[in-house]
Amino acid sequence: MKKTILLLFVLLTANQIFAQKFKIKGSDTELPLTQNEAEEYMKRNKNANLMVTGGGSGVGLSALLNGTTDIAQASRSLRMDEKLKLKNEGKGYKEVIIAYDAIAVIVHPSNKVSQLTREQLEDIYTGKITNWKDVGGENLKIIAYSRETSSGTFEFFKEHVLNKKNFAPTTLLMPATGAIVQSVSQTRGAVGYIGLGYLEKTVKAVQVSNDKGLTFVAPSVVSAKNNSYPISRPLYYYYLTSVENTVSSYIKFVLSPAGQQIVLKSGYVPIK
Amino acid sequence: MTKARRIYEKIVTGILFSSSTITSLTVILIIVFLFREGIGLFNSTPTEKNYVIAVSRQNTIPIITSNELADIFNQDITNWKQLGGRNDSIVRLTLNDLSGIFTEEELGPDLEFFPQKLNEFVKTTPGVILYLSKEYLPKNFAGRIIPVKKITLLDFIFGKHWYPTSSPIPQFGIWPMIVGTLMVTLGAILFALPFGMATAIFMSEIAGNRLRNIMKPVVELLAGIPSVVYGFFGLVVLVPLIQSLFGLDVGETVLAGSIVLGIMALPTIVTVAEDALHATPQSLREASLALGASELQTLVRVVIPYSKSGISTAVILGTGRAIGETMAVLMVTGNSTHVNYSFLQPTRTIPATIAAELGDTSFGGVHYNALFALAIVLFLFTIIINLSVEVIKNRNQRVNQRG
Repeated sequence: MKKTILLLFVLLTANQIFAQKFKIKGSDTELPLTQNEAEEYMKRNKNANLMVTGGGSGVGLSALLNGTTDIAQASRSLRMDEKLKLKNEGKGYKEVIIAYDAIAVIVHPSNKVSQLTREQLEDIYTGKITNWKDVGGENLKIIAYSRETSSGTFEFFKEHVLNKKNFAPTTLLMPATGAIVQSVSQTRGAVGYIGLGYLEKTVKAVQVSNDKGLTFVAPSVVSAKNNSYPISRPLYYYYLTSVENTVSSYIKFVLSPAGQQIVLKSGYVPIK
Repeated sequence: MTKARRIYEKIVTGILFSSSTITSLTVILIIVFLFREGIGLFNSTPTEKNYVIAVSRQNTIPIITSNELADIFNQDITNWKQLGGRNDSIVRLTLNDLSGIFTEEELGPDLEFFPQKLNEFVKTTPGVILYLSKEYLPKNFAGRIIPVKKITLLDFIFGKHWYPTSSPIPQFGIWPMIVGTLMVTLGAILFALPFGMATAIFMSEIAGNRLRNIMKPVVELLAGIPSVVYGFFGLVVLVPLIQSLFGLDVGETVLAGSIVLGIMALPTIVTVAEDALHATPQSLREASLALGASELQTLVRVVIPYSKSGISTAVILGTGRAIGETMAVLMVTGNSTHVNYSFLQPTRTIPATIAAELGDTSFGGVHYNALFALAIVLFLFTIIINLSVEVIKNRNQRVNQRG
């Protein structure tokens, strides 16, 4: 009996030693995608052991800087100060784009407005436009919904749509993307923004223009892929060159057709 | 035998004593921790740690406040003239904008030309305002570091803007949240008090023992439902209902929060008030009835005045329950940070703010300190509430002794 336990113990520890083990941490937007990818990867490679956690892009990148994660998942690229820090510490890094994410602007299904320019969105969210009739709709007050300040989507929207201006204080901040969909679907004057993967039939996505109204593009996998949809962003993996050997086969898998199929299934936009 | 018993008793007393000491110590430690983390806000400048604001040497502005900085980076102030300086239009530059101004080649592959480029830029741009980390400030820096005014208690409490993550300059004004918290709580009590009292009176005075024994556990069951369930119920049922009932543009309102909190405060109010009513001595009721008073007159003139302090306690405890509630309110009040004095507008409460934002703050940062300072404000609210319970109880004891 004792021998069996000992043998089992040896086998288990041996498994641990030979296992391919690493951590992925960061963006909550990417979390569901990475979880699906990691699950499939572990199914194919029995001795792989991946730990995937969220926390936000900033959390993941700072974990990469102080060495507590192997891959940082980020929905934004490295900031200049982070680059400088890596440079100061003499660490080389690799950046891989694994997928794209489009941010859909949604309104109540009964809303007649189906096109908005980026400038109009900025004015709506900074409180300069407060009525739908100013953007071609009916005489109805605009209720702007946003995510909480901790969200990476919030940061992205602020930087790329609001031109780094602050949201109007009257903006309603919802604790989750699902709550935005729920609220927009039951509020006639509502406008909100969500990841493409969360788009449902209970709300209407508007077409967005980034050239002052010349062309309007609807959010979709296709328009995000050919870069014609203005509010889309790449999703990154960052890792240090020192761990390249450990993580490269996983990265290869994510970029492979099978991995990109998972990207599509999870509601994101494949890179090819 | 007696010796063994004495030892046994000593051990029991020891355990009782030490656990009570530990409990009190824990409470005190938590309070000390709360204040230590929160007070930090008022010694710090609102910029991130190790970050500085710098301007060119030609600039004449001596010191800058965080509101001015926010206006500058929000592009509401575009010329130094507006702040009493020279007539130069403002050029904003943060580390993350660098790639827009210098090309990668200009900076060099390892960013080695960065300090030199930065100095050149500052020299040639009199209207520049820089926001960057101290360690990347070039040696013999060509600009001037400008001090930022520290956050004062008045700014914090009466400030109307809450932009905790705004970069480079966050704003911490909690007046919208103080108003929001007090209004939601007041609404909850206005809603729960009549219903709670009616239920308590019915259970204590009108319902028979059998009905009372069924109703009491049912009401108490309300207290056992997780607050997230209340919040979800509120968002899906109450919010659309309020919206269509009042013909509002948006259903996430103070009123929705008040009703949800009112329902949550009901069990406390009902049970405590019912106990107080029930404790009225039978002799008093009988005396009143013997004098020819009707049942209703006895209730209004004898039972309720007698249990007045118990009822007040019920209300205050219900308020305490409502004021600290987080999750349900987070889901139904809309969390917009503007100052609002109407019951039919969205608002934001202190607990909801702390819950929504604490997870994302970096330990020891300004935002983290600001949330703890918010927690202190909430703590002071609840202390005031608890003290008033004590005061009312004491007054009641004195009255009863006199009687």
